[in-house]
Amino acid sequence: MSKTVDARGLSCPQPVLMTLDEIKAGGADEIIVLVDSDASKENVSRAAEGKGWEVATITEETSEYHITIKKG
Amino acid sequence: MRGMKNIFAGRWGIIGVGIIIGILAPLLQKLGNPGNMGICVACFERDIAGALGLHRAAVVQYIRPEIIGFVVGSLIAAYLFKEFRPRLGSAPIVRFFLGVFAMIGALVFLGCPWRAALRLAGGDGNAILGLLGLIFGIWIGTLFLKGGYTLGRTQPTQSAAGWMLPLLMVGLLLLLLVFPQIEGKEKSGVLFYSLKGPGSMYAPLVISLIVGLFIGFLAQRSRFCTMGAIRDFVLFRQMHLLSGFIALIVTAFIVNFILGQFKPGFAGQPVAHMIHIWNFAGMALSGLAFCLAGGCPGRQLFLSGEGDGDAAVFVIGMIVGAGIAHNFGLASSPAGVGPYSIPAVIIGIAVCLFIGFTMRKRIA
Repeated sequence: MSKTVDARGLSCPQPVLMTLDEIKAGGADEIIVLVDSDASKENVSRAAEGKGWEVATITEETSEYHITIKKG
Repeated sequence: MRGMKNIFAGRWGIIGVGIIIGILAPLLQKLGNPGNMGICVACFERDIAGALGLHRAAVVQYIRPEIIGFVVGSLIAAYLFKEFRPRLGSAPIVRFFLGVFAMIGALVFLGCPWRAALRLAGGDGNAILGLLGLIFGIWIGTLFLKGGYTLGRTQPTQSAAGWMLPLLMVGLLLLLLVFPQIEGKEKSGVLFYSLKGPGSMYAPLVISLIVGLFIGFLAQRSRFCTMGAIRDFVLFRQMHLLSGFIALIVTAFIVNFILGQFKPGFAGQPVAHMIHIWNFAGMALSGLAFCLAGGCPGRQLFLSGEGDGDAAVFVIGMIVGAGIAHNFGLASSPAGVGPYSIPAVIIGIAVCLFIGFTMRKRIA
């Protein structure tokens, strides 16, 4: 099951906290995180990998990133 | 690691940046900056406030080129790497007051987290109290973050809005060039200068500016943040930013030692006082305010450079806060805390707690 976390416009650590909350909530084996800064993109990727998740794809849309992470 | 094309975002990137700052800051001191103050974002913004006459503390008046460099260096990096994203609208008035009280707390301790680190690396034992206070304040902030604290989302905006603080910095540089210090005179054109005290001590303009630009560039790439270093460790047990901050302290210690600038002790330290509880509480206030605002004073400058208008409001809050602190006797001096430092810190903590409890999720 795929879930989406919309962290656009939020600054760190909030995108990371939201992503970790979703990971902790369970029930999803794929989470798409929307962010709009490079720092958030790096932080979310780093945090997800720290939890044993895999960063599957990062796509860039008009000034935002869609990060797809998958349960490792 | 995917999505990690930015080499500075890796572990060795952030450690490298910490090492570079740890080398450059003691060198700036060697070249003229005040003791254990090679770089101090709060002190330098305070000096800028003084140079503009926003306060009239005669010993702390100088347009510090390092601050200008931090913002403009970050702007250059952001443009080169296509990361300039003009944005604003995340509770700017709240950020303004967080900036004001962050500065007041820093001036009770006499330094921002950068200087706390450099004071420790120079042997100043009083910095231990400041750093403990900083950790305590950030820890309180993380409790709010876990409880859903947020200042809300930013909105994309026009580039001109993102240019406001960088343009102010360019304006300050022009003032400095048009009205250089006249030997023995306190005033040159519209600018005030210090004839004695920390404001009279500075490295050559060009060197300060180049070092500032270089650090601003590197810090934008690496997201270096002294508050985030402690926050991320407390929140996530993540060592990434902390490894950069520790690298800074260790390197600055070694460089100070080599340069003969390491003088261990509590008494007689440059621009420092020994009132432990207010060293602790001042920095606790600062740490809480930085945590609620999402970045240390350096990081706020770097964010401003990449177009973050809310970070720019925080910076303006700090500069105004310096004016308030020195005009109304809230700032400490080597003689001890100011006449109104103690009530100011208590009010500041109360204001930050009010913000922490009331700015919560699901409104944004």
